[in-house]
Amino acid sequence: MTNDPMTTRQIEPVIPPRPPGLLRQALDSDMFYSWRNSPVTIVATFTAAALILVALLAPWIAPYNPFNPATLNLMDGFTPPMSEGAFSDNWFLMGADHQGRDVFSTIMYGSRVSLFVGAMATLFAMTLGVGLGLASGYNGGTIDAVIMRIADIQLSFPAILIALLIFGVARGLIPPSQQESMAIWVLIFAIGLSNWAQFARTVRGATMVERQKDYVAAARIMGVHPALILLRHILPNVLGPVLVIGTIGLALAIIEEATLSFLGVGVPPTQPSLGTLIRIGQQYLFSGEWWILFFPAVTLVLLALSVNLLGDWLRDALNPKLR
Amino acid sequence: MLALIIRRLAQSVLVMLFVALIAFVMFRYVGDPIASMVGVETRIAEQEIMRDRLGLNDPVFMQFLRFIGNAVQGQFGISYRLQQPVSELIMSRLPATIELAFASATIALIGGVALGVFTALRQGSFATGAIMAASLVGVSLPTFLIGIALIYIFAVELGWLPSFGRGQVVELGWWRTGLLTESGLRSIILPAITLSLFQLTLIMRLVRAEMLEVMRTEYIRFARARGLSDKAINFGHALRNTLVPVITITGLQLGSVIAFAIVTETVFQWPGVGSLFITSVQVVDVPVMAAYLMFIAFVFVVINLIVDILYFAVDPRLRVDGGAAGK
Repeated sequence: MTNDPMTTRQIEPVIPPRPPGLLRQALDSDMFYSWRNSPVTIVATFTAAALILVALLAPWIAPYNPFNPATLNLMDGFTPPMSEGAFSDNWFLMGADHQGRDVFSTIMYGSRVSLFVGAMATLFAMTLGVGLGLASGYNGGTIDAVIMRIADIQLSFPAILIALLIFGVARGLIPPSQQESMAIWVLIFAIGLSNWAQFARTVRGATMVERQKDYVAAARIMGVHPALILLRHILPNVLGPVLVIGTIGLALAIIEEATLSFLGVGVPPTQPSLGTLIRIGQQYLFSGEWWILFFPAVTLVLLALSVNLLGDWLRDALNPKLR
Repeated sequence: MLALIIRRLAQSVLVMLFVALIAFVMFRYVGDPIASMVGVETRIAEQEIMRDRLGLNDPVFMQFLRFIGNAVQGQFGISYRLQQPVSELIMSRLPATIELAFASATIALIGGVALGVFTALRQGSFATGAIMAASLVGVSLPTFLIGIALIYIFAVELGWLPSFGRGQVVELGWWRTGLLTESGLRSIILPAITLSLFQLTLIMRLVRAEMLEVMRTEYIRFARARGLSDKAINFGHALRNTLVPVITITGLQLGSVIAFAIVTETVFQWPGVGSLFITSVQVVDVPVMAAYLMFIAFVFVVINLIVDILYFAVDPRLRVDGGAAGK
């Protein structure tokens, strides 16, 4: 049998091209393209990732446990950076503070506290703000008016002032015996509650736009419960701006936490955050022990700046009008 | 015009009532006012008599009305910590904060406008890039770090300026001013700069954006065609038209300046209202906290009202449309 191509041509089944893998999709996306083309964002991403990783892994990778009195040597106090303690074999990359704690290790543990408070507070503000924003934008009317008036009033005051007030009130309400253990949650509550209005306003605006669209009308005609419409249909469509505000809000929350701790109304001294460390370091600035202040301050600035830059990039990348 | 002002006034009163409610709830329910006044040895029966005499057993609404009545007269009770009338405490510390706020607002306004004009005119030069980058970093730096950095450079290393306090003060009636002595003037420089930086970057960016916008308009091109000098065009025509929003923003920001002074006052141990507030938050001195809240809210509301009315007076377009555009 001759192999005549004319007669025996196999009809090849049309194989649809394999859908690219998730990684491929991510690498080909517009987001990745804009990320790759912004050197500042790349640096910011790696800085933020490194700081977050170090904070998460602090208990395992920190050279010393700065809060274990057994390993502390008071005589090592004020050891300058890159040198060995005078009375022990401990070597201090960033020097030691007044209690002989390794500054490098306290920073690792401190950024853990700062990040935890910042992230939890942002999450709280986001949940509250998105919830109220959805309710406000979808219902309109009196609910909308009341929520937005409260947001207006709150937005005209600086967040730090509101957080301070909430903190003071909570302090008056909690019995003194529990103040120490509750302090971190009070702080999260105060910072979160001082930042919800941003989210609520943005989500309200976006919800009002989405509400007019046909898919919402269709869902409503089918008799879907309003709560389900909000959560399943509208929420996914308003999440873009929420992500942007959330990222920038995280940077703000970290700074707010540091400021409150610096003012002495933040986390208890037994769990120092970066702000507390700066507060401690400030006392020794005049006597020339600059490293106790300098390194925590640099860490805080790097953390806030890199998260902030990421937020800026996200805003530009998610906004097709700017492209 | 009158209707607008009345509506604005009504809104302001509503906001103040809302804030007063919060302050009252704080005042009444955070901690026990009686417990903070009496010692451990006061009998419960005596405490009840006190409670009755102070009206703490009256209906809550009556108490709220009395609270507002007292607040209008400037009475906020006695500080738990210092055992002095709160209004006296605040008044004695107010001059320090107001002087600081105005000094920093002046710096922010002059510096912000100058830098804004410069960066708008020298578009693309190296200095502009540097200033814009610095302003970005400046915005993300926490205020207290800027203060500490300034203290370290100018007080510790160079030893030029004092790092804390107000220096020598002069009594002018009840107003205690630090602006008339040399040490007082030297003391205000660092805190005022610290406090001004954030507003300065804000004003700078605003002026720059507005200038760039105005420079593209027809009347600037026409002014150039008429052969006017660059100086006359830049300052007489362009800058002048950017100033209305700038003044609005500066006015609106004055309230935030007073509130942000909390941080600056703590860093520089400036004896103002902000540091009073911080210490009262630390020891839960509720009357002071409540009074400070009312005070700040009052400042904000008054400033907003003035700015609204000024806007109306400055911008004739709002007057033509009447209520619709004035909202």
